[in-house]
Amino acid sequence: MDAFLKTGKLSNQPKESAASSVSEPSQRKRGSLIPWVEKYRPRTINEVSYQEEVVAVLQKSLQGADLPNLLFYGPPGTGKTSTILAAARELFGDIYKERVLELNASDERGIQVIREKVKNFSQRTVSSMRPDGKPCPPFKIVILDEADSMTGAAQAALRRTMEKETKSTRFCLICNYVSRIIEPLTSRCSKFRFKPLPRDILVKRLGEICEFEKMACTGEVLESLIEASEGDLRRAITFLQSIANVTVERGPTIEDIHEITGRVPNHWIEGLLEKCATGSYDTVQSYICNFSAEGFSVSQLLIQLHERVIFSTEFSAKQKNLICEKLAICDHRLAEGADEQLQLLDLSCTIMISYQ
Amino acid sequence: MSLWVDKYRPSTLSKLDYHREQGNFPHLLIYGPPGAGKKTRVMALLRELYGPGVEKLRMEHQNFTTPSNKKIEVMTVASNYHIEVNPNDAGIYDRIVIQEMIKNIAQAQQLDIGGQREFKVVVLTEVDKLTKDAQHALRRTMEKYMTTCRLILCANSTSKIIPPLQSRCLGIRVPAPTQEDVIKVLQMVSKKEGIILPDEFAIRLAEKSERNLRRALLMLEACKVQQYPLNAKQEIVEPDWEVYLRETGQKMVSEQSPKALLEVRGRIYELLSHCIAPEMIIKKLLREILKNCDGQLKAEITSMAAYYEHRLCLGSKVIFHIEAFIAKFMAIYKRFLEESFANMM
Repeated sequence: MDAFLKTGKLSNQPKESAASSVSEPSQRKRGSLIPWVEKYRPRTINEVSYQEEVVAVLQKSLQGADLPNLLFYGPPGTGKTSTILAAARELFGDIYKERVLELNASDERGIQVIREKVKNFSQRTVSSMRPDGKPCPPFKIVILDEADSMTGAAQAALRRTMEKETKSTRFCLICNYVSRIIEPLTSRCSKFRFKPLPRDILVKRLGEICEFEKMACTGEVLESLIEASEGDLRRAITFLQSIANVTVERGPTIEDIHEITGRVPNHWIEGLLEKCATGSYDTVQSYICNFSAEGFSVSQLLIQLHERVIFSTEFSAKQKNLICEKLAICDHRLAEGADEQLQLLDLSCTIMISYQ
Repeated sequence: MSLWVDKYRPSTLSKLDYHREQGNFPHLLIYGPPGAGKKTRVMALLRELYGPGVEKLRMEHQNFTTPSNKKIEVMTVASNYHIEVNPNDAGIYDRIVIQEMIKNIAQAQQLDIGGQREFKVVVLTEVDKLTKDAQHALRRTMEKYMTTCRLILCANSTSKIIPPLQSRCLGIRVPAPTQEDVIKVLQMVSKKEGIILPDEFAIRLAEKSERNLRRALLMLEACKVQQYPLNAKQEIVEPDWEVYLRETGQKMVSEQSPKALLEVRGRIYELLSHCIAPEMIIKKLLREILKNCDGQLKAEITSMAAYYEHRLCLGSKVIFHIEAFIAKFMAIYKRFLEESFANMM
């Protein structure tokens, strides 16, 4: 049993050293197992792309100014977690592990945990010196990742703790939707919005990674990759790694990207509209049966169908109105777990009617 | 004597249509319609990774305690190298299973790295039925324990899987075999079994199977048991419940009255008590009754079916919603009949 516990603990070390010294041949195999998202996470806050305001504030605190409680919000994959982790690493260096408490949705985070774990952690005072004598800020950081999935009660329990322990602890809340954080908490933090990353920054970052991994990737492929990932850098990098794994010998093509990102090929969408235009229910039904047998996701189809309908010229405004309303209804039902095939049939019937 | 379905399950990856490199593989998300070969692919992949040892399976019962002190038991199928779980067995407590079990597995490292792979594999089935909570709980776990543990997720569709999970996995779409593929496999199996399969009959079987290979093979075997040598015009044996459901559909079309509704309701209860999935009942009923409807009516009834099926997912008592659908259909159909009758006059 002891041996088990030990190996469990040790597992952290090889992982980190592998990330920093990939060049060592014995560890190269391990290094290749690390997801690129972790491998290319920014190590310092200067490496964080695009989010100038946050970087400026954190830079100041690095130079010795005080750090406020933080609330980061923004769409996924814009670097919220990376920023605070990089900042914490720079602030604390080696004693990072003792000074930072990271909690996210995979940990139990009910009101009990806030009351006990977070409170105990934040009540401890820390010195303004590192063990090796270098100065460091006299506080700890509690990172609450994915804070919008915390219950209201748990958030409320944080209120007083946050104020009382300002001497020794800073909180950093990270979420996608600021509206799901209760008002008293948002007013206690300085808010930073993380903007969606613009195209050229995505291209640049992916280009760097390609170069580092010695992967041949044409600009065209990168473009379609970025389009598929909708401004989410993490998704783009994960896709890139998946593609690199699948197409080892040959360079990736645009078809590979469509396959990996789960996009429905355009001919299916055109086909569906065509079949709807014929107005025959039975052809539409058998077409949809075939479509679901292919295993594509219907919600993805809805997204693409929406794009196709909105920007098309062949539909009148009234038709668009009718179709889009039904699209919204079907998407809602799908999100609540309704059957894909029935919803798609329903939608196609609406399109059929709009053609008449 | 095993079923043909199991007997001719491909055992290596090279017999399947995709082949992946060893050593380094990310988390996988395998999705496709039922009967397309998802499980087969997972088992073949595991065999490729660990050798024949993965086939020594054992069943285990694991116990978990929820925060409200309720005890739940989940059955797992495991070998030395992998573990397979269906977290849905725990119902709404699936999040706890995910958190506890995967962390336990992932935190224990393999002792002897030299002899085997340095990671274990956790196979989660029916991921699309997981609650949102459980899916969120998976997010960070997947990243954190990448070195010791790989997840293979199986799902019927990606619609119900949250995007953060999708972006962490390499998605592999497994489309159902086309009709030609089904025919080819049927012929291959009958050749190996030494039976003669008329071409016409194979085509009919493939059509009936709706591109589900498992179904096609089971039907072939059932037909063989029923009558051999096989005849091109032989009747294909269908599951009892489908025949029963078809009769129910015909009843609905032939008479619309409270009495008929009561009768149909009895039949639906019968089906439900035999564990036929309620979505399936609505889908098959819809297909059956639409055969007898006009174009305009078809659209209306389809949208009703979609509406009630959605409510069925949200509600807790399925019979209400199926019954509501049937009553609605009867009302619409009756009105339609009366209108067309009035027009004729």
